Amino acid sequence: MNDSTQALERLATSDYKYGFVTDIEQETVPPGLNEDVIRLISAKKEEPEWLLEWRLEAFRYWLTQPEPNWVRVHYPPIDFQAISYYAAPKQKGDGPKSLDEIDPELRRTYEKLGIPLAEQAMLAGVAVDAVFDSVSVATSYKGKLAEKGIIFCSFSEAVREHPELVKKYLGTVVPYRDNFYATLNSAVFSDGSFVYIPPGVRCPMELSTYFRINASNTGQFERTLIIADEGAYVSYLEGCTAPMRDENQLHAAVVELVALDNASIKYSTVQNWYPGDAQGRGGIYNFVTKRGLCKGRDSKISWTQVETGSAITWKYPSCILRGENSVGEFYSVAMTRDYQQADTGTKMIHIGKNTRSTIVSKGISSGHGQNAYRGLVKILPTAENARNHSQCDSLLMGDQCGAHTFPYIEVQNPTAQVEHEASTSKISEDQLFYCKQRGISAEDAVSLIVNGFCKEVFKELPMEFAVEAQKLIELKLEGSVG
Amino acid sequence: MLEIRNLHATVEGREILNGIDLTIRPGEVHAIMGPNGSGKSTLANVIAGRDGYVVTEGEIRFDGKNLLEMAPETRACEGLFLAFQYPVEIPGVANLYFLKAAVNAVRKYRNEPPVDAMDFWELIHERMELVQMADSMLKRSVNEGFSGGEKKRNEVFQMTVLQPRFAVLDETDSGLDIDALKVVADGVNALRGPERGFLVITHYQRLLDYIVPDYVHVLVNGRIVRSGDKSLALELEEQGYALYNEEPGRARRVAA
Repeated sequence: MNDSTQALERLATSDYKYGFVTDIEQETVPPGLNEDVIRLISAKKEEPEWLLEWRLEAFRYWLTQPEPNWVRVHYPPIDFQAISYYAAPKQKGDGPKSLDEIDPELRRTYEKLGIPLAEQAMLAGVAVDAVFDSVSVATSYKGKLAEKGIIFCSFSEAVREHPELVKKYLGTVVPYRDNFYATLNSAVFSDGSFVYIPPGVRCPMELSTYFRINASNTGQFERTLIIADEGAYVSYLEGCTAPMRDENQLHAAVVELVALDNASIKYSTVQNWYPGDAQGRGGIYNFVTKRGLCKGRDSKISWTQVETGSAITWKYPSCILRGENSVGEFYSVAMTRDYQQADTGTKMIHIGKNTRSTIVSKGISSGHGQNAYRGLVKILPTAENARNHSQCDSLLMGDQCGAHTFPYIEVQNPTAQVEHEASTSKISEDQLFYCKQRGISAEDAVSLIVNGFCKEVFKELPMEFAVEAQKLIELKLEGSVG
Repeated sequence: MLEIRNLHATVEGREILNGIDLTIRPGEVHAIMGPNGSGKSTLANVIAGRDGYVVTEGEIRFDGKNLLEMAPETRACEGLFLAFQYPVEIPGVANLYFLKAAVNAVRKYRNEPPVDAMDFWELIHERMELVQMADSMLKRSVNEGFSGGEKKRNEVFQMTVLQPRFAVLDETDSGLDIDALKVVADGVNALRGPERGFLVITHYQRLLDYIVPDYVHVLVNGRIVRSGDKSLALELEEQGYALYNEEPGRARRVAA
C-alpha cells in the first residue's frame, strides 16, 4: 500500500466538534410509549381535540405496523419502549416572551454552535427557529416577517395561533399511514417549524431551523410544514447537531412542503448529527420522511441536502409533481466514513402534464462507510411529456467502503423521456500525484478533489450554507495527511 | 542545480533506468531524446517522485539537497515542476482555483502569505496572453474535456504561473500542431533565464527548433548513450536510434 492510499485510510480521525452536552434542567417524560404519553405530550402543548385524535389514530395504526426491513442498513432492533418521547428545557413561569428572556445556558449552547440567537448578531438575512430537543426555544425576525404576512414560528405555536392552516395541510403530503417512522412521528411529534408564505410574496430572507438534540435517551420527532401560496417563494435551510453519546438516538422527523400555483420552495439541509465514534458506537439514527407536493401549476420544489452526520441516514426527500408544468429537483451529497451507513435518494412522482424533474446524487464513502442511492422515478399515465434526468455518482476512498445504487424507473406514459446516468470512481493515484506535483499536500488534494466532485450540488446551496458545507466536508476529510 | 548520479530505477520490478549520470546547471536547457521504452518518462517520474517508481541505486541532488528523500509536494514547493505527458482531469475543480491552490501551497511552504488577489489576477492574464489561452479555460474544470493540445497548453500555462526553478517537460510536444508547438516553446523561452534549468524530453527534433537546447542526450535502454549539442538532434532525426539499440556497448559518453 502506498502513501496516498494510507492517507485515505486514515480519514477516520477528525473530531466531532458539536459533541458537547448542555447542562440544563430538563423536563423529560419517562421512557415508554402508550396512549397516556401521547395525551401528555398533547396536553403539554395545549392542543385542540382534533389533533390529539389524529395522534392517537396514528399511534393505533403504528401498533399494527412492522418495522421496515427493505433498507440497506444494519442495526440492532430499536426498543421503542426505552425511548423518552418528550424532553424540554424547564421553563420558569410562562416561558420566554422574547429572545431576551431565553435561558442564558441555552443561548450559550447556540452561540457555541455558531447560531447566535440575538437578531443583531445573526447572519444578515437569515431568520432562525431554534429547536432544542422537543421544543422550539426561539424564533427570530418574526416581526419583520409578519409585516409581509409571512408566518414563521414553531409548530406548537402554529397549532395555537393558526389552527385553520395546520388543519388544512397537516398530513396532506405525508399521511400518518405513510410509513412506519412517519406514523410514529405523527403520534408523538413534539415541535418543529411552520412556515406560511402568502400569495405573491417573495420571502425576503432565508428561513432556517437549527435542530439540536441534547437530552440522552430521547428521540427527536419534529414536524415541519411549509406552505407557499400562489406565486410565493421561500428558501428554507435546516441544520442539525447532537452531543456525542455512546447509545444510539432516534431522530424520526417529517417534513411536508406544499407549493400552490406558480409557487417555489427551495429546501436545503446540512445534516451533521453525531455519527458515532470510529468503532461505530453511538450516533443518531436519522430516519426521516421529507416530501413536497407541487400542487399548483408551474410550481417548483427543490431539495438540496448535504448529509455528513448520523450513524444511519434513511431519507428520501421526494416530490409529487401534480400541477401541470411543475418542477421537482433533488441535489444530494451523502458522505459516510468510519461505520456510518446512508441509504438515501428521492422519489419523483410525475402526475401532471409537462412535469420535469432532475436528480443529482453524489455519494462519498470512506473507511467502512456504506452509501446507497435509492431512487424512484414514476411517470403516471396522466403525465404527458414528462421528463426526468438522473445522475448518480459515487466516489470511493479506500477499499473497505461500499457504494450501491438502486434506481427504480416506472414509466406508464409513452411520451415520457427518462434518462439515468451513473458512475463510480475512486480518487485516482494520478489525480493525487498531479496535485502533489503542483505543491498541494495529499490532504488538501483529497479535499480539493472531493469538493470538485460535490460541486454540482454545492452550487445549489445558498451562499453561506455552501461555504459551511465545504468546510464540513473538509473537516470530515481531516486526518488524511500523507 | 540538478545532479543525477548512477541512477537505477525499477517499475513493477523491471529495471528501466540503468545508471544515468546527468548534471544540469542553472540557465541550461537539456533535451533528452530516445526511442519508445528507453526510459525517458521514467526519468521524469523518478525526478518528480511518483509512486511506483523505485530507485534502487544512485542519487539525485537538487541544489545540493537529496531530492529522493523529499515527498513529491516538497519537491514541487522547492521549485521542481513536471509538465505531464498525460495531464490529469479533476472534475468540478476550476482551473483558476486549482492554480491558486498550487501557488498558495508553494507560498505557504516558503512562509509567505497567500497571493494577493489583484497580483494573481494580473499574473494570470499576462501568462494567458503568452500561451494564447482563452479566458473560458480558467473557469473550466482542470483539463476536463480539454483537447490534447489544450491540455498541453494548460501545462505550460501552469508552469509560467508557478515559475519553477527547474522544469521537466515530458513529451509536451507530442500530438501538437506547429502553432501549438510554438506556444509551448514561447512559454519555456519566456521563463528561460540564468537561474532556471529545463529538462525537455522529446521524441522529435522539431521542438528543438523552437526551444534551442544547450545539450542533447540520447537515452537508450535506460542509459545515456551519447551527449552533444543541438546538432546531435538533427543527426538523430536523419539516422534514427537503431544504431544505438544494436550496439549499446559502443556508446560514447560525453560529459555534459
